[in-house]
Amino acid sequence: MATAATTRQASTGGKKSRLEVIDCDIHNIIPSNETLYKYLPERWRRHHQQFGLRGHLGGYYPRALMNAARHDAWPPSGLPAGSDLEFMREQLLDAYDIRYGILNCLYGAGGQLNLEYGAALARATNDWQIAEWLEPEPRLRASIIVPYEDGDLAAEEIDRVGDHPGFVQVLLLVRTNEPLGRPKYRKIYRAALRHNLPVGIHFGGAGAGPITGAGWPSHYIEDHGGMPQAFQAQVISLVCEGVFEQLPSLKVALIEGGFAWMAPLMWRLDHGWRKLSEEIPALRLPPSTTIRKHFWFTTQPMEEPPQPRYFRQLLEQLDADDRMMFATDYPHWDFDSPESAVPSGLSRELRKKIMSENARSLYGLD
Amino acid sequence: MVRESGNEAQRPFWSGRPVIDCDLHNEVPSLEVLRPYLADHWCDYIEESAFRGPDADDYPKGAPTTIRPGLEWEGEVEGQLALMRRQVLDPLQVEFGVLDCAYRVQGVHDPELAGALASAINRWQAEHWLDRDPRLRASIVAPTQSPVLAAREIDRWGADARFVQAVMPVRSLIPYGNRIYDPIYEAAARHDLVVGIQFGGSPGHPPTPSGWLSTYLEEYAAMAQVFQSQVTSLIVEGVFDRFPDLRVSLIEAGCTWMPSLMWRLDKEWRGLRRDIPWVKRPPSDYIRRHIRLTLQPVDAPPSGKQLLEVIGQLDSDEMLMFATDHPHWHFDRLEEAFPAGLSDSLARRVLADNARSFYRL
Repeated sequence: MATAATTRQASTGGKKSRLEVIDCDIHNIIPSNETLYKYLPERWRRHHQQFGLRGHLGGYYPRALMNAARHDAWPPSGLPAGSDLEFMREQLLDAYDIRYGILNCLYGAGGQLNLEYGAALARATNDWQIAEWLEPEPRLRASIIVPYEDGDLAAEEIDRVGDHPGFVQVLLLVRTNEPLGRPKYRKIYRAALRHNLPVGIHFGGAGAGPITGAGWPSHYIEDHGGMPQAFQAQVISLVCEGVFEQLPSLKVALIEGGFAWMAPLMWRLDHGWRKLSEEIPALRLPPSTTIRKHFWFTTQPMEEPPQPRYFRQLLEQLDADDRMMFATDYPHWDFDSPESAVPSGLSRELRKKIMSENARSLYGLD
Repeated sequence: MVRESGNEAQRPFWSGRPVIDCDLHNEVPSLEVLRPYLADHWCDYIEESAFRGPDADDYPKGAPTTIRPGLEWEGEVEGQLALMRRQVLDPLQVEFGVLDCAYRVQGVHDPELAGALASAINRWQAEHWLDRDPRLRASIVAPTQSPVLAAREIDRWGADARFVQAVMPVRSLIPYGNRIYDPIYEAAARHDLVVGIQFGGSPGHPPTPSGWLSTYLEEYAAMAQVFQSQVTSLIVEGVFDRFPDLRVSLIEAGCTWMPSLMWRLDKEWRGLRRDIPWVKRPPSDYIRRHIRLTLQPVDAPPSGKQLLEVIGQLDSDEMLMFATDHPHWHFDRLEEAFPAGLSDSLARRVLADNARSFYRL
């Protein structure tokens, strides 16, 4: 621990005011079924043993590395990467002096076809997060896991744990059965608002169809690189279905979806909205106006245009200085380091917003 | 490359410059017009089953994006062609106009019927469009869901120089990088044809990775992402490595999203190239070499300066090809069909030179 901290000091040249870091995307992993059983009632423990997880099959692409984790993120304890709090402290929280980290647990509760089972898994996951992550580590906050294909069950879980101070967001995955603007998901947003929580949409999941609108591709890189398309579809749906006109205080964080595609999408949506306004007369505001007001982004995987000036143009076009939030995606292979991920050439003020202030304000952290 | 130039605004963009329009729509008004080209078997089948055409609705009949409001839509060829001449070919003094017929035989599950319809459409295009106006070029409609039959159809027209590309809808059953499509690319290579990927299609699965969208506006906006998936697939699955001379046009795809896709794919490739060792160069390099975009709809930002920035971010003056997308509604006056502020040399490339060399016109 001390070694890492010392190395870090040296690498920043001893500057007196290092920017504070809030990491908006950390993955905590349930290490084993034995851990899960501690939090599952007998009925669902038996179900889990006998039948196990059942989601949409046929969309599996072996990921570049086991569990998509960095080689060096496997703890000496022998537990899976991302499941050992002590090692996460050492390798991430202490090493980079992270003020707050937001946990996004990706255990598959939300994608279960058996919705009641999914709800039980979500409850177990959230109770595990409280007991084994939030209580022992004051720097961590977490996202509420919900069975998002059932609005009632999801809202029930949000109401159950939504006032726990450790939970700062409701988590959905970007690949849902239907686009998130569809009415069935509205109850989730209302529940989030009851507890003054933003809704996070994270990379991943398995929808009811292929990862592309053109069918199933062949390689992991197409699945991984296809997620930004899924994010774009969700933005289109949420905006065009009038979710924000109905729920004007709703805030949505797009996590691990990239952001370079957003400005062109705003332009395309505005163009379509002007031409096709007769189809959705209730949509009063230009989509770009709604997007600027309601969507936040995390930075990882950082966009990397070949020219620094393209990055500056991109930020200006996006107009999201107050809505961009740093994230590492620890312990995954495409980890972004707090020390080097944000391109140089940004003002100190903007870096400060990206590294901590925007997240502090969205998630209500002190 | 992109430069503001002073007296650009005074004269219309086409004045003194050759124009090639890479996206004009010729619509099959009804199955009736195809009957003369269909075998008796299919005529009987259509009659008895009350088949009315592919299960597709890429361009809802009355939507403003399909046909600009206030236009009299005259369905028969004479009417369509007269309108096209009056609104585009004559005023812009178009040297060549490329027809992109969007009749979706690819959405017909029976490959034999799809093939018969495609053949009929191409004969109809040749007789009723190409024979009538020497400025026109056309796209071969082919049952691309059945690549062997599609290749046969491409071979049928390969010797007719007026057919300059084979067209496929962007929404496919499986992505176009997959090897099952190789017969199509082999046929395109045999005849030195462009493969065009066009807005729309109805393969039966949802248009997004997260299901079916409620409205046409959403589906319209989301079509850009399907193009992004196809570009990814073509490169990643090695089509341009197997067919190093293949040229692919993206038709009616929008174009401002392309720089962001290049950056993302290059980054994905740096991280995951081990999985796809046949992809030797950064994906953006393949894109600039093999892929072109038709101009309309531009999906332009509100500021002209930002549009010039985005065009600059393509890092290529060869990728854009002028198109009006007639009769779809993307601009109100012809003057607005082309971005202001391009340097003269870039404007000339976009208006004609890029298409001339890409389509070998």
